[in-house]
Amino acid sequence: MEFFKIRRTIPFMRHALVFNVISLVTFVLAVGFLAVRGLHFSIEFTGGTVMEVTHQGAAQPDRIRDALGAAGFKDINVLKFGSSQDVLIRLPLKPNPDPKIQNEEMQKQSTAAMEVLRSVDATAKLTRTEFVGGQVGKELATDGALALLVVCLGIMVYLAFRFEWRFAVATILANLHDVVIILGMFAAFQWEFSLPVLAAVLAILGYSVNESVVVFDRVRENFRKMRRASVDEIMDASITGTISRTIITHGSTQMMVLSILFFGGASLYYFALALTIGICFGIYSSVLVAAPLAKYLGASREDFVKPEKKTAEPAMP
Amino acid sequence: MNKYPAWKYVLIAVALVVSIIYASPNLFGEVPVVQVSGARASVKVEEPMRGELEAAIKGAGLALAGVDAQEGQATFRFPDTDTQIKARDLIQSKVPPGYVVALNLQSSTPSWLQALGAKPMYLGLDLRGGVHFLLQVDMKAAANKSVERYLGDIRSILRDKKVYYSGLAREGERVVVRFREADQRAAALKLVEKEMPDLAIREQAAGDEIAIVATIKPEVVKREQELALLQNIQTLRNRVNELGVAEPIIQQQGADRIVVQLAGVQDPGRAKEILGRTATLEVRMVSEEHAAGPGQNAFAAYKDQPAPFGTDKFPDAEGNVVLVKKILVITGDRIKDAQPGFDQRDGRPVVSMALDDAGGRIMRQTTRENLKKRMGMMLVERNSTTVLTWPVIQEEFGNRFQISGIGDTQEARNLALLLRAGALAAPMDIIEERTVGPSLGAENIAKGFKSVVYGFMAIALFIAVYYALFGVISVAALAANLLFLVALLSMLQATLTLPGIAAIALALGMAIDANVLINERIREELRAGMSPQMAIQVGYERAFDTIFDSNITTLIAGLALLTFGSGPVRGFAVVHCLGILTSIFSAVMVSRGIVNLIYGGRRKVASVSIGNTEWHKKAPA
Repeated sequence: MEFFKIRRTIPFMRHALVFNVISLVTFVLAVGFLAVRGLHFSIEFTGGTVMEVTHQGAAQPDRIRDALGAAGFKDINVLKFGSSQDVLIRLPLKPNPDPKIQNEEMQKQSTAAMEVLRSVDATAKLTRTEFVGGQVGKELATDGALALLVVCLGIMVYLAFRFEWRFAVATILANLHDVVIILGMFAAFQWEFSLPVLAAVLAILGYSVNESVVVFDRVRENFRKMRRASVDEIMDASITGTISRTIITHGSTQMMVLSILFFGGASLYYFALALTIGICFGIYSSVLVAAPLAKYLGASREDFVKPEKKTAEPAMP
Repeated sequence: MNKYPAWKYVLIAVALVVSIIYASPNLFGEVPVVQVSGARASVKVEEPMRGELEAAIKGAGLALAGVDAQEGQATFRFPDTDTQIKARDLIQSKVPPGYVVALNLQSSTPSWLQALGAKPMYLGLDLRGGVHFLLQVDMKAAANKSVERYLGDIRSILRDKKVYYSGLAREGERVVVRFREADQRAAALKLVEKEMPDLAIREQAAGDEIAIVATIKPEVVKREQELALLQNIQTLRNRVNELGVAEPIIQQQGADRIVVQLAGVQDPGRAKEILGRTATLEVRMVSEEHAAGPGQNAFAAYKDQPAPFGTDKFPDAEGNVVLVKKILVITGDRIKDAQPGFDQRDGRPVVSMALDDAGGRIMRQTTRENLKKRMGMMLVERNSTTVLTWPVIQEEFGNRFQISGIGDTQEARNLALLLRAGALAAPMDIIEERTVGPSLGAENIAKGFKSVVYGFMAIALFIAVYYALFGVISVAALAANLLFLVALLSMLQATLTLPGIAAIALALGMAIDANVLINERIREELRAGMSPQMAIQVGYERAFDTIFDSNITTLIAGLALLTFGSGPVRGFAVVHCLGILTSIFSAVMVSRGIVNLIYGGRRKVASVSIGNTEWHKKAPA
């Protein structure tokens, strides 16, 4: 069985401009959403308390919200979570300059909130709580940003070492564009951006970079093989030659990710969602964005095929 | 051409066998157990006690599935959790104080596997349920406390030696002593320098007065902070023991943080209350007028009787009853330090105590008046008091003295820690808390397991259909990859979290990439007209570079996550990195091994079962 019976080279590069416009538009949209709406960070980054509460019957988020409001809680967030019996309650960090007092207050808050919940429904049972103090949240946010930076730098250094710099820059730009689009989607729909989502973003960054590596490997090979062809022709041939593999591997990975999305439960939902977006855009960008970018940056045959130097043969003794 | 040397087959076979052995404990379920162990390392659960408990359980008509003894701890296995809880209550009522009775789950891995060191994967709290606390030790408060203490010490030695000063005050982290006369200052300088080597002292002119400024030396501050952290950890450990938690994790994280992880604790509120409470040390005189003699069982007569007027009755670490007077000699906040050591005369283990000056004065007076009598050192907590030790006062002593009559060095070390650890050295705050109920943990395992299984099945089906026999080989390699990964995780006892399970799934989803690369390459070479044997050879060789590349970039991301990640994400990163390593091995070595076994032996291979590659030729140009 084979899906892609590609007999001719597909002229991808002829449409490079179209792809670039699409990219640019999505990119700008993503940046716009990030700027206007911002990411909906989980309490891991902002600090605060999350409580997952299960009930014997169906939970009533509205009544819980009202009861908590009446008890003096402000800016609380009550959501249905997973099944109908479960609710997720978010308590934001109370602003207080002294972290010590703040921590103590938050500790008291969750106990008080649980009492309110029991008064609404006596069967309320706490299944999970998570409290993150302000200073820890800040650290996690810094660490996350640092991890992203280190991954980008690491990959760039590796690519520059492995390929010519134009390819390295093109690859990292193409894949960062994926990252921005994932983040943009999370901002647009206000999906919760948590630590596992960050892990997914970084994993996908490492994963889709290798798509570009595969294409550029082929570009290098073709530069050597097809001596007469133009840069466009070589890029087209390289993309055509690898597209089948790209789609099949991404498809396989996507199957696994869909399995996590459907069966992994609520806690892995956004993690899998980030991976899904990343994989879909990864195919597109690493192939159709990276190659034109490399061309614009001026990649040429000379970068790969070193003019053969005439080395003097050692004289036979 | 497509033949592996024998050693490669042997390597693959050994890897598979070892992995099967070490992955297999995960297949055996877990049985509920009750563990009885000593609260201190020196207290062991030995034979008569184990036998008695066993007899008591059987006597109560509870079904006992088995008893294990190891490292001074006894484990009773039960068929179900109901019996386990009943048995726990029974055992708790039977064991003397000083022992911890904990509920736990134990893997029912056969003992021959356990003997090989094979254990199931170590599950994180999000999978087995429990509480996680991150505590921040308030080092500033600890520093303030020690500045105050040095201030008191300076005051008392200056008074002792009749050095006259005009002012003594704390200014931030410095102690400033003012003088009217230069000779007094010189004397003070000499004295403080000699008596208090922990302080850095310099002279200072303050207006028309002259002063000396004492600060705690940086290395001393550092040492004190380390000590404070250790003391807090020890205190927490003592308190956790009381909760009856099996295998608690209490660790230092960074310079001033402590992680506490208690698996299986259902009520975080109670855990918080116990961790946060304060314990103190009290020293009181033993009520000798009621003692029946000098031995350990001097107060055995009062075992079932109320304590006489003016005394209190407490158990000691061995469970003997001790009567002490109600009057307090000193409390634990007078203890500056307690260190294990050896007696200079007979070389026996002792604990050297250092009290502050006020404590020393009281101690000197008390011991002078109570020679040859016994003194009790007690650990006081909210609802329980234990007499740690009640030695005979041999001679008058002040702020430095030794506690002797200790069994061995181990016990001396524990006692010293306990004396230091009676109270928290520095206040602590909970800055992160994560609680997962046990049912949610089980649910998470089931969900994670489901996503791996269904994802694997979908990939296996697709690849097998798409690449025919080579697809089946790829699936076999993928299965081997899963096996290696699980075996490696079990061997390393790395913590498996829910994101970790997701990482297993993702690792499999990404690992198939290598096999797709190889298979596509072989197809391509076949299409180009290469002979089957040649195509296999070239396909594997050419694909390897790309496989290597793609895994490097993924590894970079994994390592960064490992470095900067925390909590559950770390679990993701560990599995992600290990998955990359196992996938290279299985995709390249294992799949090639199988291919070589099938095709390598034949002289002439007419076709390769890798799906249809003929369309290219037949198609019209």
